[in-house]
Amino acid sequence: MTEQGEGARTLEEQQEMEDKVISPEKAEEAKLKARFPNIGAKPGGSDFLRKRLQKGQKYFDSGDYNMAQAKMKNKPLPSAPAEKTEITGDHIPTPQDLPQRKTSIVASKLAV
Amino acid sequence: MAGPGGDMQWCFSQVKGAIDDDVAEADIISTVEFNHTGELLATGDKGGRVVIFQQEIDNKNVPQFRSEYNVYSTFQSHEPEFDYLKSLEIEEKINKIRWLPQKNAAQFLLSTNDKTIKLWKISERDKRPEGYNLKEEDGRYRDPNTITALRVPVLIPMDLMVEASPRRVFANAHTYHINSISVNSDNETYLSADDLRVNLWNLEITDRSFNIVDIKPANMEELTEVITAAEFHPHQCNTFVYSSSKGTIRLCDMRVSALCDKHSKLFEEPENPSNRSFFSEIISSISDVKFSHNGRYMMTRDYLSVKIWDLNMESRPVETYQVHEYLRSKLCSLYENDCIFDKFECCWNGNDSVVMTGSYNNFFRMFDRGHRRDATLEASRENSKPLQVLKPRKVCTGGKRKKDEISVDSLDFNKKILHTAWHPQDNIIAVATTNNLYIFQDKVN
Repeated sequence: MTEQGEGARTLEEQQEMEDKVISPEKAEEAKLKARFPNIGAKPGGSDFLRKRLQKGQKYFDSGDYNMAQAKMKNKPLPSAPAEKTEITGDHIPTPQDLPQRKTSIVASKLAV
Repeated sequence: MAGPGGDMQWCFSQVKGAIDDDVAEADIISTVEFNHTGELLATGDKGGRVVIFQQEIDNKNVPQFRSEYNVYSTFQSHEPEFDYLKSLEIEEKINKIRWLPQKNAAQFLLSTNDKTIKLWKISERDKRPEGYNLKEEDGRYRDPNTITALRVPVLIPMDLMVEASPRRVFANAHTYHINSISVNSDNETYLSADDLRVNLWNLEITDRSFNIVDIKPANMEELTEVITAAEFHPHQCNTFVYSSSKGTIRLCDMRVSALCDKHSKLFEEPENPSNRSFFSEIISSISDVKFSHNGRYMMTRDYLSVKIWDLNMESRPVETYQVHEYLRSKLCSLYENDCIFDKFECCWNGNDSVVMTGSYNNFFRMFDRGHRRDATLEASRENSKPLQVLKPRKVCTGGKRKKDEISVDSLDFNKKILHTAWHPQDNIIAVATTNNLYIFQDKVN
């Protein structure tokens, strides 16, 4: 923390300056709350951690996928009305739809 | 450290990697580690590849220029996977590499991604057999009827070939993302830690792992902290530590009980509650913990500082070094661009007298514990002439910016040095920028 030079200042100004000097963190917090008023009361906390634990989650339902595969093979689907399955069928992500995760067959550029 | 009067100065030695600014995601370096002798230097990247460099043993012994590190072996350690059952993408990024101490001619290392640890054997082949009786040199089988005499095959020298092969795959033991692996001093076991659990493995056994720490609450709503790093003590095979996102370190003794949920020691620096802000917990999260080589101290890295703890004193660190305190007044924007969650690592030099860690703008910092001196150096292509001495850098925090200083607002937060490593015996350091590996050595006068 840098020390401010003493000069002729009012007590309030000095206090405010001291607050900012003593705690730039609090000043930053105020800035954040101004930009995101809905930010949770609990600092850090469970939201971050749960987001961290869920890293990498994509959505894929193997049941729906298999139903769609079955439909594509023209098997008769008992009881389920055709439209419903069709609608579901159109929206089912398949492994092909997932972002391509190709292996790095290219050699690392460090190994040149 | 750099400075007048015969202090240690650092020189550029080598840089590895592409020069172009367009960095492919796969080329982002994610871990750097010297082996126990410092002869080998391994890097892992986001693309799941490992590159190992070897220091050539130079008999000519040019005193002011140590041998260079050249590529020894490279292989694809991990591949991307998709866990269909949990809808989880499993990145191939190598989170950590740890070398095993050498026991025979081959070298072994453990490499891990988020879910799976692999033991790799790196072996050299410099001879091949010649003179088989039943096979020609090109591999075709000889007609036995044409063989009239027997000969003894001989081994003849060949060009060195370095082969890497996966010897063990330790899978399916982690529900959450592995952040650390650490080989025990007993050379039989190692630990792996994820966000909520620490597991103990035997290097020979892949189908079984013992859970030794479990901090998962019964109700996930009550989750308040996660494990961020873990390491075995360098000499005491029963002792390990793990750090948390709340800034605490727990030391555990495996002799006390099978499940080490109750710590033997809890290291925590008391905080002044009036100083608490929204950011306090986030910046107190420990991103790395490393024991000193002598086993008496440990070092922790949180967002703004490096702390040295005496294992005999839990109440507060014995030394605290500010890495980039000027960022405290930038926390709001660092939170918005996610930089506040960057995980910096730290390392000790061979005799535990100096510690090093990275920062932004491709700066890295060294703290000389004995002489109470610190230095800020930069890894950049502009300072990459052979043996060029690195000039110390300075960040201007306010007021008039002196010549050669850089102001806080001009720092490039995309150029972060998260991974650094120090040769175990010599003053050679490896510093990883986003996609380049720099090797620096101290200037020998």
